[in-house]
Amino acid sequence: MRFGLSSEQETFRDQLRRLLNERSPLERVREVAAEGSGYDERLWTGLAEIGAMGVLVPEEYGGLGMGAFDAGLVLEELGRFVAPAPYLGTAFVAPLVLSESGSNMLASEWLPRIAGGEARIGLALAEAVGARAGAGVRNENGRLSGTALMALEAGTADAFITVAGGELWLVRSEAPGLTRTPMTSIDRTRALAELRFDGVEAEPLAGGAALTRRALDLARVALAADTVGAADAMFEQATAYSKQRVQFERVIGSFQGVKHALADMATALEPARALTWYAIHAQTEMPGSTEAHRLACHAKAHLAEVGRMVARGATEVHGGMGFTDDLGLHFWFKRIGLDRQLLGSPEQIRAEAAAAMAA
Amino acid sequence: MDLSLDQRYLVFREDVRAFIAANREHAPPAVTFRDRVKPGPAEFAWQARLIEAGYAARTIPREYGGFGAEPDLLEQSIIAEEFSAAGVQGGLQGIGIIMLVPTLLEVGTPEQKARYIPKAITGEEWWCQGYSEPGSGSDLASLRTDGRLEGNEWVINGQKIWTSGAHYAQMMFCLVRTEPDAPKHRGISYLLIPMDTPGVTVSPLKTMTGRSEFNQVFFDDVRIPATNIVAGRGEGWKVANVTLKHERGGIGDPAKSIARYDGLVKLMKRETVDGSRAIDDPLLADRLMQLEAKVLALKFNNMRVLTADLAGNDPGLARLVTKYYGTVLNHEIDALAIDAMGELGALYEDGEYLRDEGAWQAWYMHDLGLIIGGGSTNIQRNIIAERGLDLPREPKAVIPPQGMGGGAASGRRG
Repeated sequence: MRFGLSSEQETFRDQLRRLLNERSPLERVREVAAEGSGYDERLWTGLAEIGAMGVLVPEEYGGLGMGAFDAGLVLEELGRFVAPAPYLGTAFVAPLVLSESGSNMLASEWLPRIAGGEARIGLALAEAVGARAGAGVRNENGRLSGTALMALEAGTADAFITVAGGELWLVRSEAPGLTRTPMTSIDRTRALAELRFDGVEAEPLAGGAALTRRALDLARVALAADTVGAADAMFEQATAYSKQRVQFERVIGSFQGVKHALADMATALEPARALTWYAIHAQTEMPGSTEAHRLACHAKAHLAEVGRMVARGATEVHGGMGFTDDLGLHFWFKRIGLDRQLLGSPEQIRAEAAAAMAA
Repeated sequence: MDLSLDQRYLVFREDVRAFIAANREHAPPAVTFRDRVKPGPAEFAWQARLIEAGYAARTIPREYGGFGAEPDLLEQSIIAEEFSAAGVQGGLQGIGIIMLVPTLLEVGTPEQKARYIPKAITGEEWWCQGYSEPGSGSDLASLRTDGRLEGNEWVINGQKIWTSGAHYAQMMFCLVRTEPDAPKHRGISYLLIPMDTPGVTVSPLKTMTGRSEFNQVFFDDVRIPATNIVAGRGEGWKVANVTLKHERGGIGDPAKSIARYDGLVKLMKRETVDGSRAIDDPLLADRLMQLEAKVLALKFNNMRVLTADLAGNDPGLARLVTKYYGTVLNHEIDALAIDAMGELGALYEDGEYLRDEGAWQAWYMHDLGLIIGGGSTNIQRNIIAERGLDLPREPKAVIPPQGMGGGAASGRRG
């Protein structure tokens, strides 16, 4: 019995941290954010080289065929380093959804390229949760029309998994009739887009509403993992800062007001991390089950709350410095902020969890 | 992540289940909040049966009346889980069994072990804990109950408070200042006091619940043998910390929060307002789901702690936060239950419309006591910050000349 990382997983995480330290320090994150593609070639290649891209790709397609928890480690570290890498859609959601869709053709076309770091897949699932501003995509005899907002990891995506008529489709970025317009969010480390479909040819992913729910569960636990990593990083920076910043001839970390704020963050964050780990683990351990669905709901909604609390509190511990661009703490603040907004508010997701229970 | 159990433990779990199925008719009835009293013959008989089977006093050596198994955290955790899941009472949970016995095993003399452990684990000799004093709560090491050695006797004078079970205990383990000239933490000894010694007076302490869950104990020239000391003179603070180390689970135990949460769900499915179930009210359901996430988080956090313990690693923050997290969470669960009952949520003690025998209001108050006791929430935050995050301690405040106020140190236990 072991709740947590095996020694191989610890080695993998150390490897990830070394890579991210080297290829995605804050100065580099700034450069990529300024440019807005949400993608850094050198980092991406590095992730592919250490096998991170193929963690969830089945072995027959050139991947490692491991569990969601292994890929979750990557997501958590990317959040910790606010790294610009469109990993969530490409390497977490797509491999599972494509292999579970039962389409061998799509699987053999995309999965080996995903494992090799040669393809990127964005997610246009916002309308599966709730259509805003009249958006929504219709299926008319296998051709898609309409609008999808807040398509995630859209900057360099070769294809999108999108929802139309309650079902999932794979649509290629170069397909005639598809236009992609960037949407600017608070978080410049990830690229969002508005997708307009005008009779666009797309391939259906068999699996119906259940596969749509599956994709949402996966994307939600992935966002929770991103928040765990980002919140952890903010919390660590705040703790370190409180030990060096001197006011009233004392380090501010010796004031009970600051101590208690940090203790409250730790108390929220530690159990939240355990919840997220288990919720991710459940996605490949009991795939598609009500249990896995409820855990995904809880992880996403709870981390939205804990993330906001830590983001706010850690910034506050930094005082005026936390508010500056120079310190860069705001990259984490914004990353957590976007995680919270995506794919369902905590209230909406808790209502889903309650419905799953009352049933 | 590997949550499976080795074959050996699967077999062990089957054994526990089989035992429970075959013996549950002998288990004492579940204790409700209402009749939480001194354990009696039914509990003692059940305890004897459990010790014989190895499900209580499991790791206590046979020579002291225990089952004599090697310590194994996973076995302990399986036993606790299975009894809790079956809704069957496990072994006695007195403070003597939880705190005193492991302490004596670690630092007691052979005579003390032989004299006290066998009777403590059967429940024949019930123990209470004399730690807190009216002037020494969070700052426990400031305690002033005085012990002087006269010939071969300790003579004790002073007062203890928050001593649960003192009105029926036969024995008390007690922190007493025996070295008034030594520094604060080095002037305390750990003494064992028979409660029937002349000069010991127990008076019940009625709390906000309307019940007397605690007592005050007064010592007036109480004389006990000089040998009734554990470890040496002035080593009481160290001994007390040995005891604290043994205090696993207990406060902040996820099994309790899970059971409490399940009770809340049942209540919310049962309670109706204008014919609609409370659980179908979106605002109440939202609060319920917030609590469910926290209960799950506590549960998985505990598995992480157990994993670290099994590997001999320090679980660090994951353990330090559990008391604070668990007690506040239980209180939130009680609060939602009360709110889900609306006006009827204010009822108490008795009457036709009381739900679950009035347990929710009683818990709401009792759990506030647990938030305070055993190291209050603010002390917990200090501990998390100082031990978990390595932040510097608060500088000593200057005590005003009138003797008012003063700074809190890091005492923990009530």
